[in-house]
Amino acid sequence: MARENGIVVQDLVREYKKGPRAVDGIDLTVAAGEIYGFLGPNGAGKSTTVHVLTTLLPPTSGSAQVGGYDVVKEGPKVRSLIGVALQEAALDPLLTGRDHLRLQATLQAVSKDRRRAQADELLERVGLSDAGDRKVSGYSGGMKRRLDLALALVHLPRILFLDEPTTGLDPQSRTALWEEVARLRREEGVTVFLTTQYLEEADVLADRVGIIDQGKIVAEGTPAALKAEIGRPSLHAIPRDEKDRPGIAAFLARFGEPLATTRDVAVRLRAGLGLTDIVRAVDADGLDIVDLELRAPSLDDVFLAKTGRTLEGATEEAETGQQERRG
Amino acid sequence: MTTTWPQVGAIARRSLLRTARQPASFIPPLIFPVALMAVNAAGLQSSTELAGFPTESFLAFALAVPFIQGALFSTMNAGTDLARDVQTGFINRLALTALRDWALLSGQLSGAVALGIVQALFYLAVGLASGVEIASGPLGVLVLLVYAAFVSLSFGALGAWLAFRTGSGETIQALFPVLFVFLFISSMNTPRELIGVDWFRIAATLNPVSYMIECVRSLIVTGWDAQALLLGFGFVIVLGIVSLVLASQALRTRMTRT
Repeated sequence: MARENGIVVQDLVREYKKGPRAVDGIDLTVAAGEIYGFLGPNGAGKSTTVHVLTTLLPPTSGSAQVGGYDVVKEGPKVRSLIGVALQEAALDPLLTGRDHLRLQATLQAVSKDRRRAQADELLERVGLSDAGDRKVSGYSGGMKRRLDLALALVHLPRILFLDEPTTGLDPQSRTALWEEVARLRREEGVTVFLTTQYLEEADVLADRVGIIDQGKIVAEGTPAALKAEIGRPSLHAIPRDEKDRPGIAAFLARFGEPLATTRDVAVRLRAGLGLTDIVRAVDADGLDIVDLELRAPSLDDVFLAKTGRTLEGATEEAETGQQERRG
Repeated sequence: MTTTWPQVGAIARRSLLRTARQPASFIPPLIFPVALMAVNAAGLQSSTELAGFPTESFLAFALAVPFIQGALFSTMNAGTDLARDVQTGFINRLALTALRDWALLSGQLSGAVALGIVQALFYLAVGLASGVEIASGPLGVLVLLVYAAFVSLSFGALGAWLAFRTGSGETIQALFPVLFVFLFISSMNTPRELIGVDWFRIAATLNPVSYMIECVRSLIVTGWDAQALLLGFGFVIVLGIVSLVLASQALRTRMTRT
């Protein structure tokens, strides 16, 4: 299976000289034709994993096979199979979209007579036909991302690595990119390894999700299965007056385990309880609550359950850590 | 192997497109050396009256300098372009293709050489339009252009080495004035044997840039001077080989891939 465009990773470790283990012994398998979402906060080890799998970084230990080829011993064979859009859409601002496609096609040994037609087709597919002859310096962030995706597809790769492809994109561009990724899998059978810090993206696109935190995979499975593991919904209340927060927290604790949130007061409901039970109790106690919401388990709940932090909180933590290290 | 030459061509094309689309990267290397030559020719014409000065036209004497000065600009351009590729991650994009390391270096340097030849043609045209006669004749002009290509290649490789080594366009721009010091402590304005200050004459004699200028100058002013040609080509070839080896090693380190 892995030899046919899948990915197999065993006990992969990547250590930096003066840093922690960015990737700390991960195992994962991606089947051919599958979209695998690699979800985690900033600094979790997602991009380092992508760099190792795409042959840009050698692993410190462990092994990884992409399309059946070893990423260390058979780098050129791996590169011939994969298309990659890295986190930073490194484009030349002085070249046009078409210049980029022409350069990429030549470097990927696409035959000369196919290059022009293929450039037209790819520009059309990513919605850049009108902008193809404009310099990239005039492109928006979304246009750059779309061109980056087109460049990754020039040599018809069987496996596609997308490293946070929608970070910073507006909702419209994000949806367009999701549609194209889904189409690639559906119509062309491309295997997609997608890293993201957006829960919604993993939920919408991925067949299976791996959640990585501090270099380790803490959960893996289909989004539905992961959410089912958590099982119970959470209840979120917003007090009208901030000083009532401790009282409301104590009240809600009667119905489940408190959850660490910043914007509201929340608990994971005990089995057998529903929203009506809580509303009755709120009325009986005369609590002044602006909003009361019952939420089905999300991937963020999965992240919280596995790491003790919310994904958003973990991202902020990582960013603060990076700033402190820079400072 | 069949795909390597198109790769070189594609990288060279990109290098030329980048240059053509940034007037700031090709106009100064054309204008600044010619302007400096004009200023020097106007102010130092009386130097030609010194006994032993090889020509009566200081302009003919000074025409050699833009060839080397223009090549120094090539160093900076080639270097900053590549350093920017390292900084922006564009080099990772290239590393993920089937591009061979040497094809990247050759392509980039081909662009620098093409620009160097265009610069040389411009300097020659300015010189000829100003009344300078090339003592070595049409064949000498051809040798001049070949030499300009060698100089651009060698200095371009030096720029590429600095780019891959430092990965910083700012560092290369900061080093640019240092390279200019070599130009000014040379025989650019006076024949070495006529330099009166001892330390300056010794420094100019030890400075390889003097021999590069004198090689070009011999073709313009003297005719066919085997010693000047051998020294000029010798130094530029040695500089080229050393720079290419260093640039290749630095590229291998920079363009990491398994």
